[in-house]
Amino acid sequence: MLLRLLSLLLLIALWQAASMVAASRLLPPPLAVLAVIGREAHSHALYFNLATTLARVAVAFTLAMLLGTIFGIWMGRSATFNRLGDPWLVILLNLPALVIIVLAYVWLGLTDVAAVLAVALNKFPNTVVTIREGARALDPGLEEMATVFAMPWQTRFKHVMLPQLAPYIAAATRAGLSLVWKIVLVVELMGRSNGVGFEIGSAFQLFDVALLLAYALPFVGIMLAIETFLVQPFERHVSRWRPKAA
Amino acid sequence: MSPVGDPKQLEVFVRRKAFHAANGGQREVLRDFSLTLEAGKIHALVGPSGYGKTTLLRIIIGLDRDFEGWVRLPPETKIGVVFQEPRLLPWRSVLDNLKLAAPLAAVEDLTKLADDLGIGDHLHNFPGELSLGQARGVALARALAIAPNLLVLDEPFVSLDEALARRLASEVAMLVERRLVTTLLVTHDIDEAIRLADHILLLGRRPAEIVGNIDVTLPRRAMTADYAAKTKAQIGAILAETSV
Ligand SMILES: Nc1ncnc2c1ncn2[C@@H]1O[C@H](COP(=O)(O)OP(=O)(O)O)[C@@H](O)[C@H]1O
Ligand SMILES: [Mg+2]
Repeated sequence: MLLRLLSLLLLIALWQAASMVAASRLLPPPLAVLAVIGREAHSHALYFNLATTLARVAVAFTLAMLLGTIFGIWMGRSATFNRLGDPWLVILLNLPALVIIVLAYVWLGLTDVAAVLAVALNKFPNTVVTIREGARALDPGLEEMATVFAMPWQTRFKHVMLPQLAPYIAAATRAGLSLVWKIVLVVELMGRSNGVGFEIGSAFQLFDVALLLAYALPFVGIMLAIETFLVQPFERHVSRWRPKAA
Repeated sequence: MSPVGDPKQLEVFVRRKAFHAANGGQREVLRDFSLTLEAGKIHALVGPSGYGKTTLLRIIIGLDRDFEGWVRLPPETKIGVVFQEPRLLPWRSVLDNLKLAAPLAAVEDLTKLADDLGIGDHLHNFPGELSLGQARGVALARALAIAPNLLVLDEPFVSLDEALARRLASEVAMLVERRLVTTLLVTHDIDEAIRLADHILLLGRRPAEIVGNIDVTLPRRAMTADYAAKTKAQIGAILAETSV
């Protein structure tokens, strides 16, 4: 922990040094960026844009995880459905994010629905692939046990299947979050008039690096905090039954 | 039709059960095999490894329907099963494992059952924290927790130390006797079969068939050393006669 902190301080020091060498317009010093953050926060523009972007992340992420999990389980458990779905999955996996985004905007208009769908659709195939792996690895012995003890489907899902899928869901969550929050910015840049991505786009047009960083850094901070304080504890919670490594 | 009051609990007839072998052929495990269990009695099915005991159990409990023949159970038979491996949910505590299998059972009854089977101190442990013997105890408790009227046990005491195996076995026999649960116990331990069963069914030859059917007239606590020795000699004679 201490080492990490030191490393972070070193990065800021390097940034400070570099900003002194470079023209300050291209790389403003840390304190200047902090000042812009303060200004944007004071006008509430920062909060509004962060909240807007986070809402889009949340909706797109939830949608992709939910549908991806359902389809993943389905494809992992049924050979027929897997053969049917696999070509679609391969196409979706290999479709560049940009193509999906543009098509969504063209077909659905420059709306929030299009934006969120485009993000979700980019994440969806990865979730399916990860969860499908998990569904294929389900223990048939436990399934037989659940059958002979006539467990109702709710019990089987919650206590037999979900715990086995949990590591895969956690992996999909982790990978998904980092994918989604990166793509959200692109989607906002291309077709929305608010959000962190939009602000970064404006900063780019004005060549205002301080403004760009003032939006990018708090956003990255929030996503890292979610990862550290939500995703990782969730992972630990679902794997608490594993015998601790000596 | 069976007459009223017929004490039969289960009848199974397997005309043929075969597995597909890796080389494309078929391996026949059971042929023209029939078995009847008497209500409320403990039956030990004794036979060497690989003779189709587990296969037969899977047919009886309905996990394997890919065979020619039929299984006849009285309506609303509740089957308690102990698999060859404990098959517990590793991510749920011992108590939760019992509760999930027997949601209608009272917690006091589950606790009592766990005490009887020597796992009372481990109700809040995860299965990964148990020894094999304790895990087997949980699997036995789970099968009994649903208050079954048919209990199917697949070598539940194997690879436990002798003392523990004996203690668990006599606990189970006592519980089963008290509740009059029809029981089918698979084992390859002849002494264990003699100690526990009312009826001993000897499995031999391939495809498997029952080569001996011994009624134990002095079962369990009524058993004398002399009677046990005689029964063992009788079994030995049958096995010697049928082995080639
Ligand atoms: N799923 C299977 N596929 C192919 N062969 C099997 C399968 N299950 C069991 N067998 C074969 O059937 C025979 C009987 O197996 P099993 O019923 O497990 O014996 P036992 O329980 O008496 O040791 C063995 O020869 C085994 O190789
Ligand atoms: Mg077996």
